[in-house]
Amino acid sequence: MAMNPMEQFEVKPLFQHPLLNIAGHDIYFTNQALFMCVVVAAISLFLTLTVSKNRLVPTRGQSMAELSYEFVANMIHSTMGEDGLAFFPFIFTLFMFVLFSNFFGLVPWTFTVTSQIAITFALASIVILTMVITGFMKHGLRFLTLFVPKAPWYLLLLLVPIEVISFLTRPVSLSVRLFANMLAGHTLLAVFASFVILLGAAGGVLSVLSIAPLLLIVAIFALEMLVAFLQAYVFAILTCIYLNEALHLHDHQ
Amino acid sequence: MELAAAKMIGAGLACFALAGAGIGIGLVFGSYLQGALRNPGAAASQTANMFLGFALCEATGLFGLVVAFMILFM
Repeated sequence: MAMNPMEQFEVKPLFQHPLLNIAGHDIYFTNQALFMCVVVAAISLFLTLTVSKNRLVPTRGQSMAELSYEFVANMIHSTMGEDGLAFFPFIFTLFMFVLFSNFFGLVPWTFTVTSQIAITFALASIVILTMVITGFMKHGLRFLTLFVPKAPWYLLLLLVPIEVISFLTRPVSLSVRLFANMLAGHTLLAVFASFVILLGAAGGVLSVLSIAPLLLIVAIFALEMLVAFLQAYVFAILTCIYLNEALHLHDHQ
Repeated sequence: MELAAAKMIGAGLACFALAGAGIGIGLVFGSYLQGALRNPGAAASQTANMFLGFALCEATGLFGLVVAFMILFM
């Protein structure tokens, strides 16, 4: 293979000198940190600029901002009900951050923040910790009945360990899903790009054939745009579902 | 050299996860279409659930990919 498809995920310090030194560890300003700043700045600019001059008949930018607001609000409303709207700022922030980092990663020569397990696992742990803390604050020790479904006692012997294990795998599956989707998609693009270059450099009939992987890249890129949105959506809706369990335990609203 | 070869074989075997993901994604979309064609009125309200199911299915296949990468690079 001519190039390493994993090279794009390398975290590199942008400056030679570390920013800080905490307990013997040098803290560098990396390309990852830079793109997180870019993403946050882009979201803030987008939302403040579009909504600063509110009009009754929205402009294009304003309706985009309103669309994203309503999308998340509807999602929360349908999964958690009325009292879930207290979590709106949290879920909206998560959704916008994941969405913008996914889409920024699709721009060539950028760095995909969400393709790092460190970032996605941090996001997922925040979600799970919020869920646990909310559950204990709202229900006290009754929160533990989350692990006890309605079933005869002999089934509970089997079901309670399964429920506990499924709860413990939640932060892992939530983070690995996002990270692996981004990693797999970008690796696929890089692999097909290297096919184009290798075929093009081969000369003769083979370089004409290199148009085939090029067209495939376009198709995969379209799929990746769908995946970028879908993964942000799935991350947000799973957060809603988990928080709904913490709010309402097993009783249906 | 034998270890490197075994790693390659192991990473290849980890790709069997794709079979499960493929079956799952096929079931998700197939069942959605079956339901949607029988009751088109309810179809629009279930697209969100379909995409949720698609994402959950796809994730299991990607776990296999992660295992393959862990075998190869760790």
